[in-house]
Amino acid sequence: MSQRLPILTIDNLHLRYGDVDALRGITLEAGTGEMTFLIGPSGSGKSSLLRCCNRLETPTSGKIYVDGEDITQRYINLNRVRRGIGMVFQSFNLYPHMSAKGNVMLALRKVLGKSRAEAEAIALKQLERVGLSDRAGHYPNQLSGGQQQRVAIARSLALEPKIMLFDEPTSALDPELVGEVLKVMRQLKDDGMTMVVVSHEMRFAKAASDHVVFMAEGQIVEAGPPAQIFDEPVAERTRTFLQEAYH
Amino acid sequence: MTRFDRFIDTFFKPEVMQQYWPDIVSGLFVTCQIAILVIVSGISLGLALAILRSYGFKVINLPIVIFVDLLRALPPLVLILILYFGLPNLGINLSGFLVLWMVLTLVLAAFAEEIFWAGILSVPEGQWQAARSTGLGRFQTLIYVVIPQAVRMTVAPLTNRTIAITKNTALGMVIGVPELLNQATTAQSFAANATPLMMATIAYLILFIPVVYAGRRLEKAYAWRRH
Amino acid sequence: MEQILFQFFNLDIMIQAWPIMLRGFGMTLLLCIVVIPSGLLGGLVVALASTSEKRWIRWPVAVLVDIFRAIPPLALLIMISAGLPFAGIRLSPFTAVCLSFLLNNSAYYGEIYRAGIESIGTGQDEAARSTGLTGFQSMVYVILPQAVRNVLPDLVSNTIEVVKLTSLASVVAFAELLYSADMARSVTYNASPIVMAACFYLVLLWPAVRLASRLERKLST
Repeated sequence: MSQRLPILTIDNLHLRYGDVDALRGITLEAGTGEMTFLIGPSGSGKSSLLRCCNRLETPTSGKIYVDGEDITQRYINLNRVRRGIGMVFQSFNLYPHMSAKGNVMLALRKVLGKSRAEAEAIALKQLERVGLSDRAGHYPNQLSGGQQQRVAIARSLALEPKIMLFDEPTSALDPELVGEVLKVMRQLKDDGMTMVVVSHEMRFAKAASDHVVFMAEGQIVEAGPPAQIFDEPVAERTRTFLQEAYH
Repeated sequence: MTRFDRFIDTFFKPEVMQQYWPDIVSGLFVTCQIAILVIVSGISLGLALAILRSYGFKVINLPIVIFVDLLRALPPLVLILILYFGLPNLGINLSGFLVLWMVLTLVLAAFAEEIFWAGILSVPEGQWQAARSTGLGRFQTLIYVVIPQAVRMTVAPLTNRTIAITKNTALGMVIGVPELLNQATTAQSFAANATPLMMATIAYLILFIPVVYAGRRLEKAYAWRRH
Repeated sequence: MEQILFQFFNLDIMIQAWPIMLRGFGMTLLLCIVVIPSGLLGGLVVALASTSEKRWIRWPVAVLVDIFRAIPPLALLIMISAGLPFAGIRLSPFTAVCLSFLLNNSAYYGEIYRAGIESIGTGQDEAARSTGLTGFQSMVYVILPQAVRNVLPDLVSNTIEVVKLTSLASVVAFAELLYSADMARSVTYNASPIVMAACFYLVLLWPAVRLASRLERKLST
């Protein structure tokens, strides 16, 4: 297990939409190079939590520290913060009017201000990292779902984020394409990337994650190493959920 | 005189054509001039308003929506008459050309704003999130990610609307702008013959048929938008 | 400021002009009642012809539609009201307006219906035909109802354009709303009657514009 230097600290986080409590006091830590897996029934707040970490949602109260910086501060340069936190979406959200390479290059050029040549070199390197160097010139509609998701991962990686957030990265994929995306995630973990993943891939969680968090109704029910959560869950809710998830 | 001869004599009389073609050509030139000016200024203004609206400030959006509604509801000729005959009483004298350009620009801007806005709304929320998550700012996201996609969806309706509004340059006739239709009606009354009108009609066809055809092709190319 | 009120919102002049304006407004409504249904009907004929399986029907109609979409409505109106008399055909301003609108509107409405018909998959027609409906019955009972629903926003916004276009009749001295307003303006040397006409158009069309944008939004999401 990696040294527990917390790079992500979430402290008593609350999020309300109108009169719905999406998150009710989440406290969580993730160490450098760890993969944290968020599991739980739909509507339990996993995705909301992830979106708060990238400030796509603004929490109602509580704090989130990334590498020691409080990103919930009211006056903060969100664009600078977000560039340090990669996000991968369930629906890929590739830009349909740009090639795979163009998708990766856009933020490099417009956010980091890199030259075209420099951005292109980085893009090709990252596409190679996800095994798609031969698809750099393809447009999203010419790529399979698994390939699109890998391009999306490369797009985030190119900005050299401190953390990568994955919001159900394989849920929109045909079963035979899930493996290629999980393989890339596995490889990222081996490279030492800190990752927070919302996913239903329990087998993958068990094999690859360092830390599993089970959430329900906007709260953490139980958290611990995968062996503990999957094999000896304490809470009744966790047990029922896992039983249903495996069948 | 046979029937055919009479028809030719009324609508295609060679002597009349010869005498008035310079007037018709100069009218065509003025029509093109206004048309291009209106297209450039109207579409730019419309796009600017749509971008402004996407920022979601209530104080700005309400006037934009009212402006768009007003210009969609009022006949352009009414606006032209108000400006052309009303402003001089306030000591502001605008040429017919200027009034025509202003009114058509505003009308096109209103329709273009609406079309661009619908285009911006049609880009999925995920595109915004993906772009913002890589650190692109709001304006950058609009310019590099959202608008290129929105424009693809707006090309066909915008082309059709632009043709319809550009044809309104003929309204310049009412306030003495020396455009195509004005030249033709003037020539017609001097020549006491319908040939100049026919010449103008043919000039309009030469000018607009290619654009109408292009609009049709674009519509077909983007027909999937409706589904 | 006072000048603006006096020149554009002069109540005395508006009250004076009221009876003429009201008659003009009545004429505008009359025009609408003739011109909108005839355009909707003409458009339907155009759409049926331009989706016909027979090329010798489809092609000429497509050419005519493009021609009438390319000619400015005012040019068409002037051609009919000022050009035709030279050929010995004299029409009243009202007839001239109605005829030019029929040609122009049929082309526009026709294109809208056509887009609607083409938006319905061939499966619908095949299903209808397989139950024994004729091609015409399938069109009337199965295709058109769906097609019209799909293009309702475009039909509404085109109808708004048609109502606005009736103002062109003023150019050929048909005494509708704008013509009456312009008469009142030239007598009083004051723009208030035209502002008043604008108000009439707003009362008539603002609700329609709101409806159109609502329909557009509803269908696009």
